[in-house]
Amino acid sequence: MKITVDQDKCCGAGTCVLLAPDVFDQRDEDGIVVLLDAEPPAELHPLVREAASVCPAAAISVSS
Amino acid sequence: MPRRRDLGVVVTLIVGASAAGLATAEALRRKGYTGRLTILGAEPHLPYDRPPLSKQVLSGAWEPAKAQLRPAEALAALDAEFVLGDPAVHLDVAERAVHTASGRVLEAENVVLATGLRPRTLPGQRTLRTLDDALALRSDLPQCKRAVVVGDGVLGAEIAATARQMGVPVTLAGPQQAPMELQLGPVVAGLLAELHTSQGVDLRLGAAVTGVEDDGVLLETGDVLPADLVVVAFGSAPATEWLSNSGLVLGNGVVCDSRCRAADGIWAVGDVARWHHETLGRLVRLENRTNATEQAVAVAANILGADQPYTPVPYFWTDQFDAKIHVHGFAGPEASVVEGSLAERRFVVRYHRGGEVVGVLGWNMPKQARQHRQAITPRCPATAAASTPGAA
Ligand SMILES: Cc1cc2nc3c(=O)[nH]c(=O)nc-3n(C[C@H](O)[C@H](O)[C@H](O)COP(=O)(O)OP(=O)(O)OC[C@H]3O[C@@H](n4cnc5c(N)ncnc54)[C@H](O)[C@@H]3O)c2cc1C
Ligand code: SF4
Repeated sequence: MKITVDQDKCCGAGTCVLLAPDVFDQRDEDGIVVLLDAEPPAELHPLVREAASVCPAAAISVSS
Repeated sequence: MPRRRDLGVVVTLIVGASAAGLATAEALRRKGYTGRLTILGAEPHLPYDRPPLSKQVLSGAWEPAKAQLRPAEALAALDAEFVLGDPAVHLDVAERAVHTASGRVLEAENVVLATGLRPRTLPGQRTLRTLDDALALRSDLPQCKRAVVVGDGVLGAEIAATARQMGVPVTLAGPQQAPMELQLGPVVAGLLAELHTSQGVDLRLGAAVTGVEDDGVLLETGDVLPADLVVVAFGSAPATEWLSNSGLVLGNGVVCDSRCRAADGIWAVGDVARWHHETLGRLVRLENRTNATEQAVAVAANILGADQPYTPVPYFWTDQFDAKIHVHGFAGPEASVVEGSLAERRFVVRYHRGGEVVGVLGWNMPKQARQHRQAITPRCPATAAASTPGAA
C-alpha cells in the first residue's frame, strides 16, 4: 500500500489522525495533515482505507 | 442478509451519487460486500465535493476537476454501476424498487437513500448547492456592481467572504445579530462579524429579508439593499419530495431508527437522514460533510448486520478570509477560552451548559480543537441548540 495526501485539499479535520495516529498527524500551526508513514504495515491497511474514504476533504489517496 | 429470491444475487441500490452515497458504497466494499452495487444520481456529474464550491471553486483557485471526490481508477475499483443524470421519482417500499425519471425500474435488496438537500430560495433567485450553480456564480460575480447574499448562516457567510476576496462589493443580510450566531454562539460570531466588516463586507443583519425587487433586496424594515446580483442561502430542505407517496415516515428528512433504517431494507444517510441519536435521546439530522461519510460507515456496517447505533459528536468546519473555524459538538452562549487568545485570533473555546462541556471550537487552531474534543460530554442536554448548519 502506498498513501499520498494532498495538503492543498486538506481542511484540517483530523479524522484521519483519530483513526490511524501511527500513519497521520496534523501540523501544530494550521492543522494540515502530515503523513508519518506512506507505506504502513498490513495490519493498518483497513484503518487507512477507512481514513481515505471518510476524510471530509477527499485529501487522502491509497494505491495498492 | 436475506437474498432476493428472484434476482439470485444481492443488489444494493444507492440513490444519490455524492459524498454520503459514494462513502456508503466504499464502506460496503471495504467490509467485504461482494454483491452488486448501483449508484443512481440526478446530476450528470461523477461524484464531486460540495465544500469547495463556496470556497476554492467559486474563487477560481480550483478548476472543477479538483473537486472530484475520487479519481477514475478509484471509482473503477469500486466495481459499482453509476446511473447518472436520471433522478429517482418514486420508491416502492414493499418491492424495494426505485423508479426513475427516464422510466427505469431498479430493484434491490437494500436501498440507501442519500439524496441530500434542496436549497430554499426566493422566486427566480439563484442559490449555491451544485457545481453548475458554483460555475454560474463564478462567471457572473466579477461583472456585478454589488452582490447581496441573503442568509447569515455558514453558507451565506462563506459566499460573502469568497465574493469579497474576488474583489466584489458585497452585502450580507440576515436576521441574526452576527453571522452564524446560532452555530458559533454570540462571542465567536461577534469576532466573525468584525472579520467580515474589516474585509469590507457590508453587514446588514438583524432584519429579515422579505423579498427581492428589481433594484435590490427588501428588508422587513422597509429598507432596500441595492443589488444587481442576489444569492439566496437561507437554508435547505431534505430532498424527499420523490418519497412523498412511498409510505416512509418523512419529517424534516427521512425518519430512521437508531440504526439509520427507515424501513426493512431501506436506509438513509447524510444530509437527508433524520435518525434517533441514542446518546442525545432525540431525532437528529446533520448537514455537514463529516457526517455524510461517518454515517455512511455506520449504514454500511448495519446493512451487513452489525446492528450498531450511530452516535456521532457533530463536527463541521468553515473557511472565511484567514479564519479556519472548526466546531465539535454544540456551541452556545457560555464559552471559555482554553487555549490561545481571542485577541490574537488563534484560540480554542469550550462551550458549557449546566456544568458540562457540550462543544469545542477552534479558530485557526484545528489540531488543538480536535485534541480538546474528548472533553465533550457524550450526553449533551436534549434541548441543545444544534451547532451544525441547519441541523434539527
Ligand atoms: C456550497 C457548500 C459548502 C459547504 N461547505 C461545508 C463545509 O465547509 N463544511 C462542512 O462540514 N460541510 C459543508 N457543506 C455541507 C456538505 O457538503 C454536505 O453535508 C454534504 O455534501 C452532504 O452529503 P450528501 O451526500 O448527504 O448530500 P449531497 O451532497 O447533497 O448529495 C445528494 C446527491 O443526491 C442527488 N439527488 C437528489 N435528489 C435525487 C433523486 N431524486 N434521485 C437521484 N439523485 C438525487 C443530488 O443531485 C446530489 O448529488 C457545504 C455544502 C455546500 C452546498
Ligand atoms: S481527515 Fe482529511 S481533511 Fe482531515 S486532517 Fe486528515 S487529510 Fe486533512
